[in-house]
Amino acid sequence: MTDSALRPLYFKPRNGVRIVVWSAFAALLLLLPLVARSSFAQTLLCATGIAAIACMSYNMLLGQAGMLSFGHAVYTGLATFVAVHAMNRVGAGWWLPMWAIPLVGGLAGLAFGVVIGYVTTRKAGTPFAMITLGVGELVFAGALMFPEFFGGESGVSANRTAGAGWLKDVGITFGPQLQVYYLIAIYLFLCSAAMYAFTLTPVGRIANAVRDNAERAEFVGYDTRWVRYLVVMASSFFAGIAGGLTAINVEVATADLLYSVRSGQYLLFTFLGGVGFFFGPLIGSVLLVFALVVLSELTKAWQLYVGIVFLIMVVYAPGGFAALLMLNLRRIKYGEWRKMRWPYAGMAFFGAIALWGFAAIVEMLYQAQDAAVTGSALSVAGIKLDSATVSSWVLAMAVLMVGAFGFEVWRRRFKRVWDDGEERIAEAIKKAEAAIV
Amino acid sequence: MSTLNGVSYGLLLFMLSAGLTLIFSMMGVLNFAHASFYMLGAYFAYQVSSWTNFWVAFVVAPLLVAVLGGLFERAVLRKTHRFGHVAELLVTFGLSFVILELVQLVWGRTAVDYRVPAALDGALFQLYNANFPTYRAFMMVVAIAMLLALFLVLRKTRIGLVIQAALTHPETTEALGHNVPRVFALVFAGGCALAALAGVIGGNAFITEPGMAQAVGAIIFVVVVVGGMGSLAGALIASLLIGLMQTFAIGLDWSFIGALKSVGVEVTPESFGYPLWKLKLSQVAPILPYLLLVVMLIVRPKGILGTRDD
Repeated sequence: MTDSALRPLYFKPRNGVRIVVWSAFAALLLLLPLVARSSFAQTLLCATGIAAIACMSYNMLLGQAGMLSFGHAVYTGLATFVAVHAMNRVGAGWWLPMWAIPLVGGLAGLAFGVVIGYVTTRKAGTPFAMITLGVGELVFAGALMFPEFFGGESGVSANRTAGAGWLKDVGITFGPQLQVYYLIAIYLFLCSAAMYAFTLTPVGRIANAVRDNAERAEFVGYDTRWVRYLVVMASSFFAGIAGGLTAINVEVATADLLYSVRSGQYLLFTFLGGVGFFFGPLIGSVLLVFALVVLSELTKAWQLYVGIVFLIMVVYAPGGFAALLMLNLRRIKYGEWRKMRWPYAGMAFFGAIALWGFAAIVEMLYQAQDAAVTGSALSVAGIKLDSATVSSWVLAMAVLMVGAFGFEVWRRRFKRVWDDGEERIAEAIKKAEAAIV
Repeated sequence: MSTLNGVSYGLLLFMLSAGLTLIFSMMGVLNFAHASFYMLGAYFAYQVSSWTNFWVAFVVAPLLVAVLGGLFERAVLRKTHRFGHVAELLVTFGLSFVILELVQLVWGRTAVDYRVPAALDGALFQLYNANFPTYRAFMMVVAIAMLLALFLVLRKTRIGLVIQAALTHPETTEALGHNVPRVFALVFAGGCALAALAGVIGGNAFITEPGMAQAVGAIIFVVVVVGGMGSLAGALIASLLIGLMQTFAIGLDWSFIGALKSVGVEVTPESFGYPLWKLKLSQVAPILPYLLLVVMLIVRPKGILGTRDD
């Protein structure tokens, strides 16, 4: 049975859904600034757009080829530095339009991918992870040694309104944040389309094979190292574009762009978003900006919350939020979702109570540390507490315990309903398959 | 003098990487939180020694960390085993965040005053007009004792033999009636205890602060890769090598300019690549371990004593 002979008989225009989804994505990118009018909201949008490209390029490694990298910030960061220097050259009279700076970043990322990837892709799996970590440290420590290029502690700054070109004549100077947003949005759309196309190419497919079983891929005749190398190069190109956009967006490059903590953030949030689906990293990038900008303003202990959520997700939902979303969509499709409303509501209710108790304890601990400076009174979600009084601690712990107990009760109910539904869905799928045959 | 300092630093690195190597070779799990357990060891030792004294802390802190490590293995790590090594690595990565934050929550964001006990303070002997601290000697003794104990436990005792068997043939060992998951939990706890012991004696020799895990974390991975994944002896050689390399490099201000001058080439600030040539060896000391890693990967990807080449 040859595939090509059968294909005309089974033709169906599958691209219909794809066109709708991508058009909706484009429309969303186009219309978002109409909703988010304040300059703070636009800054958030810009940061999210850049993070989305970076996270998607990271997912080419982790989700597509199964390569866990702890050094992704090397590509985005070095590309930012190159882009900033290119912007300064533009200011000094080079002929290069400002909109092409991200491409310069992309090419720089690609070049670093060619060099660094040559070393890192010699290993796969766990050793690869360790090596990327080591190379990341190498680049970060090395950056401080060359203040001529990296600008030392204060970094290198540039001006995004520099240069000339026909865009200037029609009023697009990239001075206003809105224009920068649309530049980022265009790059985001093109990059996600290109990255999606990459997943469909033979290289992208073989990368999946290498991820799932490197040994078999090797036996079939593919050089797995070469595949890993190609994926790293492609990924670093897109990471470089994200770096170039960063240069335009913030107009400064500092050495902490290369720091391993940043690489860790790409990993963390790409995973939280979901590595199994192409749109997972998009969710991840929204979470990243939310955590870094909003959550970190609210609480000093934000990394604790993020870390705990991450641990829970790795253990119970390794597919990330994207997988959770898809599983629930499947429920809806098979008419199984209605039964889960109450378990969901119960878990959300008691989960929120437990979260308040836990957050109250954490915040009171921090407040107690700084009590000499800021006093011992604080409020958690509008409820006033005092870290110096016993009653506040007793209250927080009691609430935590009640919440945890209620959550556990509902979690068991939820698990029963969920497993029951899974069984029925599996049956329904089997029946549907039998009907086709 | 530098040699002795280098050796003592190298031995400390070895204590850290030994636990990591043990866990890795046995379970295939790269414990990203290993350096965090090292930090926990130092903080526990600080806390316990402030209540009692250093010697109680010396025993109690590693045991406490071992219990925590064992619990973590049982409660969390084992659940992710079915998702593969990447998930296991991610779990320990998440754990390193949580431990760091908890440490900051309990002990604050600044360094704590964890000191060398009075009995071990001061100089042991003088060499070329420089004092060699007693505590450094103590560190070396502890590390060597631990090395011997580890060797004896792995080679001569029953549990050691089971561990070795489970290392290469887990299914067969299980079929022979040994509880391999429990052995795994034990190994994980033991590895954490080794890291904590390093923390107990390293925390007061250097500094006990929330950044200490980050400071050694990447270096011990370099040790493990350079030594050869899963090779204890390789880890020992690599740790000593890196320890010596770093302590020597800090003391030397060689640069390419000097080297080129001795062969008759004069380098001036105008020549090409001057920023690179003017760097002194003492300036590049922090990146030497990573350079070693890169060179090693190009020359001999399996590491000094590695057998696997994956």
